[in-house]
Amino acid sequence: MCTTCGCSQPAEAVTVQLVGLKQKDAILKAGGVHAQRQQRGHHHPSHETGVAVQVEGQDPQLLQLELDILGENNRLAERNRGYFEAKNILALNLVSSPGSGKTSLLERTLRELQAELPCAVIEGDQQTTNDADRIAATGAPVVQINTGKGCHLDAAMVRRALKPLNPPSDSLLFIENVGNLVCPALFELGEAVRVAIISVTEGDDKPLKYPDIFHSAQVVVVNKIDLLPYVPFSLDALRHNLSRVSHNPRVICLSAYTGEGVEAWYQWLRDTFSSHQA
Amino acid sequence: MHELSIVYSIVSIARNELEKAGGGAIEAIALDIGELSGIELTSLEFAWDIGVHGTCLQGAALHINRIAGQAVCADCGEVFHKPQRWDACPSCGSFLHGIQAGEELRVKSLTLAEMPVST
Repeated sequence: MCTTCGCSQPAEAVTVQLVGLKQKDAILKAGGVHAQRQQRGHHHPSHETGVAVQVEGQDPQLLQLELDILGENNRLAERNRGYFEAKNILALNLVSSPGSGKTSLLERTLRELQAELPCAVIEGDQQTTNDADRIAATGAPVVQINTGKGCHLDAAMVRRALKPLNPPSDSLLFIENVGNLVCPALFELGEAVRVAIISVTEGDDKPLKYPDIFHSAQVVVVNKIDLLPYVPFSLDALRHNLSRVSHNPRVICLSAYTGEGVEAWYQWLRDTFSSHQA
Repeated sequence: MHELSIVYSIVSIARNELEKAGGGAIEAIALDIGELSGIELTSLEFAWDIGVHGTCLQGAALHINRIAGQAVCADCGEVFHKPQRWDACPSCGSFLHGIQAGEELRVKSLTLAEMPVST
């Protein structure tokens, strides 16, 4: 996050751009928002809730704070959550290591599901619009966030992406996080559900190696199961390892490439969307 | 390397609190970092000097209270030290636990330098 107002580190390093049909309208540099805030007298509205407490008899130079370091991000995530709730949007935060097939699963999901359920996508990568280009080819509205050197999305980045994306009401919003099994774990984006994706080529001990991310995910998608005969990956071992770091996560096994198992994923999306509306 | 983002957030909190206190200099900062918070202390310390450079925290002493992970077993009620997410209950082997401590990620306090007495 940026040291000026917490709107994500060096302002010019993070870019947000709409990709596809509306691209001509286009490239919004993060600096715009940042500069406006500075002009308004450097106001940091949501930082001001913390109250320093002076205890009698204590060193007057000591400020007891007890402030949550992630408080600012969590507050912005709650704002995003309120926006999603008002527009009846089911927001999913997709986290995984690079190469697990997040974008391939999304491409297939959009092609096969968006006729019945409107979808929008926020893509997070350090560089390039390659993933957003692939998503745009499916016809879904998509915004690419390039985090520069950043290793995860945060709530402020998602908030900025929501403006140009303007996702439709009563829809699904897929937020594809930066491929990384460590850093995204700590940063709430305002999602309703966090979905971790793991592919069978990665090893069934990933939940033990990266416990925080699997602990924080309510759903685990196991991708590339068409490759199971060729790799030493045990679904039973994966389930056991998951149970060590997470209480009863839902596990959905599929192949985004062959389509095996994707119907269970779509049904979970439909059911979750319906129950989210209630 | 999310620890650098964490350092930037700490700087933001410190700057804001210093402003509310009427300015001055920060002598020391104390953080509560739990064992289960997802923060590596070596990475945090590595990121610290880079992150605080040129800010109100440059030169401030950094005190970290490492808070031990503590869980209560949902199956047998045992309360135990849990330094890792994947640790089993030492009494019954269950993995169903409630976390009681160790997820802290807080700025505990700031110590301000004494203001020079004006004459």
